[in-house]
Amino acid sequence: MEKKSTAKYTGAQILMKALKDEGVDTIFGYPGGAVLDVYNELPNTDIRHILVRQEQGAVHAADAYARVSGRTGTCLVTSGPGATNAVTGIASAYMDSIPVVIFTGQVPTPLIGNDAFQEVDIVGISRPCTKHNYLVKNVNDLARTIREAYYIAGSGRPGPVLVDIPKDVLRSAAPYSYQKDIQIRSYNPTYEPNIKQLQKVIDLIQAAKQPVIFTGGGVILSDASAELTRFARACRVPVTSSLMGLGAFPASDPLWLGMLGMHGTYRANLAVSSCDLLIGIGVRFDDRVTGKTDEFADKATIVHIDIDPTSIQKNVAVDVPIVGDCRITLKHLNKLAAAQKPLLDDKALKDRNKWFKQIIQWKEDNMMGYDQKKIIKPQYVVEKLFELTRGEAIITTEVGQNQMWAAQYYHFDKPRHFVTSGGLGVMGFGLPAAIGAQVACPDKTVINIAGDGSIQMNIQEMMTAVSNNLPVKIAILNNGYLGMVRQWQELFYDRRYSSTNMEAAPDFVKLAEAYGAVGLRATRPEEVGPVIREALATPKTVMIDFVVEREENVYPMVPAGSPITNMILV
Amino acid sequence: MDDQRHILSILVDNQPGVLSRIAGLFSGRGYNIESLCVAATTDPQISRLTMVTVGDDAILEQIKKQLNKLINVIKVITLTDTPFVQRELVLIKVRAKTEFRAEILRIVDIFRAKVVDVSLDHYTIEVTGTEEKLKAIITLLQPIGIKEIARTGAIALQRDVKPCKPEKKAD
Repeated sequence: MEKKSTAKYTGAQILMKALKDEGVDTIFGYPGGAVLDVYNELPNTDIRHILVRQEQGAVHAADAYARVSGRTGTCLVTSGPGATNAVTGIASAYMDSIPVVIFTGQVPTPLIGNDAFQEVDIVGISRPCTKHNYLVKNVNDLARTIREAYYIAGSGRPGPVLVDIPKDVLRSAAPYSYQKDIQIRSYNPTYEPNIKQLQKVIDLIQAAKQPVIFTGGGVILSDASAELTRFARACRVPVTSSLMGLGAFPASDPLWLGMLGMHGTYRANLAVSSCDLLIGIGVRFDDRVTGKTDEFADKATIVHIDIDPTSIQKNVAVDVPIVGDCRITLKHLNKLAAAQKPLLDDKALKDRNKWFKQIIQWKEDNMMGYDQKKIIKPQYVVEKLFELTRGEAIITTEVGQNQMWAAQYYHFDKPRHFVTSGGLGVMGFGLPAAIGAQVACPDKTVINIAGDGSIQMNIQEMMTAVSNNLPVKIAILNNGYLGMVRQWQELFYDRRYSSTNMEAAPDFVKLAEAYGAVGLRATRPEEVGPVIREALATPKTVMIDFVVEREENVYPMVPAGSPITNMILV
Repeated sequence: MDDQRHILSILVDNQPGVLSRIAGLFSGRGYNIESLCVAATTDPQISRLTMVTVGDDAILEQIKKQLNKLINVIKVITLTDTPFVQRELVLIKVRAKTEFRAEILRIVDIFRAKVVDVSLDHYTIEVTGTEEKLKAIITLLQPIGIKEIARTGAIALQRDVKPCKPEKKAD
């Protein structure tokens, strides 16, 4: 007979044991009074703790760690301000469906609700921006709750889960057991799609004259890239993606249309607007992609594959809804496609060739480009980064023009190489994200493409990078403006640049040096290449200040709420 | 389709915070809750929440999906799609001067209501029924003088879906 262990552990010890059992090797965190017991236990484990300089950074870093590694990220912060500082990070992970478990300290249970020092109702605050959250009031519930938290965060449509643990729970004792298999009565994500619906998709593909596949972050999250590539190539369907989906389909493939939406390519926007079949996979049809929804793909039969039923029919009317995991669904679709001999008859192939010709024509009509003259163009910097890293780097971005240029000019052939705050659009995301990505992939080159405005939102994380010997490269496209806001002011507010001038900025080279990093600067186009080469050859944290054209705009651009055919071109 | 009234019957884990999760979902997405009643079922770990909401078909579909997405929600049933029984309860404290006492009791009798508290100058009346019935008794008592009113939202249950077979007549 199996003997049940009667040994008791404190809540803090239980937390450590549970994290080990979950396979957690890294925690991003910041200590404080309510979590001192956990920090007291940390040195007894081999879990790596990355001390950030502000809690928001901890969540972004854990988020990026999850995106590039495919494992759930973990962070640990204290009660009150520690927890509230984490909220932006949590909301960003929620919008982008990233699996992160956030442990927050809480005041002792007898003090909850008494406005105790550093008390906030973080379970209440984070309710709308977490997949689920818990307040653990009894140490006997702690191990099971942690198990549930990781299970919920990483399964179905992933997302952040918050576990709030009062200080007295961390100090009281209970036995510990790890329950690998877990059942939550009301939580049963649908992974397997309805096969009959899938046959409809194959039929539609065979009949379509002008089909397009539109992918999103869900394809990357479910590791479906290989299946997607196989599917698109077999069915000869061109592919576009949302910002979050970049890298799911190789940008070097002739079927690649480029990104869709507000800053999408001319050909992608026109292709989707005139297609007769649109297959959305792991996307949520965000307004930045659809523009005016009434006119979005209005000639097309729309198929939507997503693990989350709420995403289907939310923004656009769908003809063939399919609830299921992207990878499993694509696997089935590939099987069904392979069983059709031939998959495409002569007429279909003829139609496809006509369609490709049209797409090539659109591409030639509006090649994405810029004119590099005396002043550095930001696009040139991104292209040089792409060229000199041979497209192998993990790119994180801040938010704004820098993010869009990174998306447009760094071409991603592989998934989990582009890390950006897509849904929430958090300025200050890129640097902590670069830290999380570098921790997860120490052998990779990690570059944060930043703006001079965004980088100043979480610039304190330079110290985290330096003190942990993380050789991340920060490429600031410094135009002395909040560039994207300025662009909107230029185009839609008659050039009234109200509060977007950021010329009053620190000397980023000196600032990098003050943090113990390497600071570099390029002010002329011919300096761009050498400076990037130097940064890549330096095994340290490097911040490069690229002084770029001040009023460069991101094109194409679709004004918010307009149909995506309504593009402002260069 | 135009906005319609929908009654949802939702089984949830009987845990702290579940109601606020549901209410938060509605406020966060701009959906309206017309009424909400919640109490534990015969299984003390499960509560039944009856909610009345308004919206077109697309909104209703989103509401149902979003509710189902909550980890603590076990089942969502749209009662308006199926036969159901629905009741509300109202307590009405009405002025009861001598000259009106008999009239009030007559109304109470007609509506199969009940006087549950009485004093020298008031009656408190308990009425259950459909929204229309409650509206009717309130309209009748209004001129007499309603002092206070307390009203629950709708509670509702699906009718048994098994068809009723007519009993065989004895020969």
